[in-house]
Amino acid sequence: MADDDFVIIVSRMPEYSLKELEEKADIIRQDIIKMLLAAGSGHSAGPLGLADIFTALYFHILKHDPKNPDWGERDILVLSNGHCVPVRYAAMAEAGYFDKKELATLRKLGSRLQGHPERVRLPGLETTSGPLGSGLSQAIGIALAHRMDGLKDRWVYVVMGDGEQDEGNVWEAAMLAGKEKLANLIVFTDRNNIQIDGPTEQVMPLEDFKAKWEAFGWHVLEIDGNDIEAVIDAVNMAKAIENKPTMIVAHTVPGKGVDFMEYDFTWHGKPPDAEQAKQALHELRTLQGKIRSEHE
Amino acid sequence: MADMHLANLDGELSSEPIRAGFGRGLVAAGKRNENVVAACADLTDSTKMGEFAKEFPDRYVEIGVAEQNLVTVGSGLAAAGKIPFVSSYAAFMPGRCWEQIRTTICLNDQPVKLIGSHAGVSVGPDGATHQMLEDLALMRALPNVVVIAPCDSVEAEKATLAMAKDSRPNYMRLAREATPIVTTSETPFEIGKAYVFAPGSEVTIIATGTMTYHALAAAEELFKKDGIDAEVIHCPTIKPLDTETILKSVRKTGVVVTAEEAQINGGLGGAIAELLAENHPASLERIGMKDHFGESGDPNELLEHFGLDAKHIRIAAHHVIEAKK
Repeated sequence: MADDDFVIIVSRMPEYSLKELEEKADIIRQDIIKMLLAAGSGHSAGPLGLADIFTALYFHILKHDPKNPDWGERDILVLSNGHCVPVRYAAMAEAGYFDKKELATLRKLGSRLQGHPERVRLPGLETTSGPLGSGLSQAIGIALAHRMDGLKDRWVYVVMGDGEQDEGNVWEAAMLAGKEKLANLIVFTDRNNIQIDGPTEQVMPLEDFKAKWEAFGWHVLEIDGNDIEAVIDAVNMAKAIENKPTMIVAHTVPGKGVDFMEYDFTWHGKPPDAEQAKQALHELRTLQGKIRSEHE
Repeated sequence: MADMHLANLDGELSSEPIRAGFGRGLVAAGKRNENVVAACADLTDSTKMGEFAKEFPDRYVEIGVAEQNLVTVGSGLAAAGKIPFVSSYAAFMPGRCWEQIRTTICLNDQPVKLIGSHAGVSVGPDGATHQMLEDLALMRALPNVVVIAPCDSVEAEKATLAMAKDSRPNYMRLAREATPIVTTSETPFEIGKAYVFAPGSEVTIIATGTMTYHALAAAEELFKKDGIDAEVIHCPTIKPLDTETILKSVRKTGVVVTAEEAQINGGLGGAIAELLAENHPASLERIGMKDHFGESGDPNELLEHFGLDAKHIRIAAHHVIEAKK
């Protein structure tokens, strides 16, 4: 038996400082803009708003190995709101799952980067998603299997949208996770308050959001989802909760980092044109390292 | 002609609900492979998962009345390396959760084993809401999935064990009422294969699920009363279709009757019509539900009312043979 059989690998990713993480989030945002411009279609607001959470996940929280996506001991990340997948592709490329050049193939014929994520096409994706409301249930299935197998310190993470919680499937899943007390399940809701037809509270009110999840047997945390440090802290708190799954209500700014996209629901489902992309990249580049200036 | 080792069809056949065979097969599969797990949507005993739940409580998940959650949790269990059997009534699964099956199981290519029980009009008094007739069409339309309808409980047990070893998503439809047992433990079963249960030369009768028994009975009457030599093909796998066995028979007989306890549109009848139209156009009559819903009634009374029995298969055989002349 080789010596390295005894090495306990906690994470195969290097440690990054908060400043480095914020820089990564900015790079990921720029890559999202470039991808969407090249694709000519896709969703802008959600992926930009989620860049900080995905940075925290891929560069600090997740136990994973970009060179070995099927690593048997990896944490699981399920993306339920599949339309936000550009942020995942950008984070994966930045982490080294594949060459960044491939980002330009988003939504193109033959690409592994489908408009909505397909597990069978791209190693490192855990599920296939797009039709909303089904990610949480799949994560529950995985979390149940891990529990059946007696796996310790293996976490199942979910990122889901707020608008998708209009779907009944979500609440079926919420009940089951509460009943099963799945403490190995940590879920982020991207609470950006927008969906296709307008503000969530007009289309289909979700509040009292925290109380709803608590009533289903969940531990609920509320954070600024564009604050990487808060994201990391929340996950650490969630891991300490026994006998309950945790819902992290992450308040994010849709279109975060690009002034003319922020808070505007019309950017939910469209990409920037060349001029808008140029302006967006300029904003992101000049803000580089200053996006979360309060941490500096 | 390979011996199918069928039960003695001239004698008194014993009967049992097809779903009972699934229940036995599931326990056996669970004993053979610890990755076999099960989940049900508040119909544990009637879908015959009760024994598995008792035997392996840690590998059984009660989902509650939530079929969308049932199949998506199944997808997750499969993603983590389990072989999940998930069951409900066919009316609710795939009935209520088809998109979830499409996206998270078929497109996502996870080997979830979907068990749709209480299919067909023979559910009886519960009425049309619970008489699932469109499941074969719904599931057959999806890429990547295997669709199975065993003819009796003995075959259902074999099919369950085969599904546990199959790496693809599978759908199996089961029936509520006791069905005559026409196969034996020796009768071959392999996913994707159709079997000539009765050799003949003048007409090919292709049946699936509960209707295979009726097809055999019809062939018996055709021979004894009408002097017609009918070939009966039992087609437990509706997708992928065993085109070789079917076309070989049709090339010999030239005419076809299909029989299923489901909508002929998109079901076995639809599948055979497509196959014949493209490969060997032949006179065809389809026994099954003809674009309408069922209603409450006694199971046997309903089968006769909707023309789903040996008598109607026999009449259809005469029609297609007439058309040949």
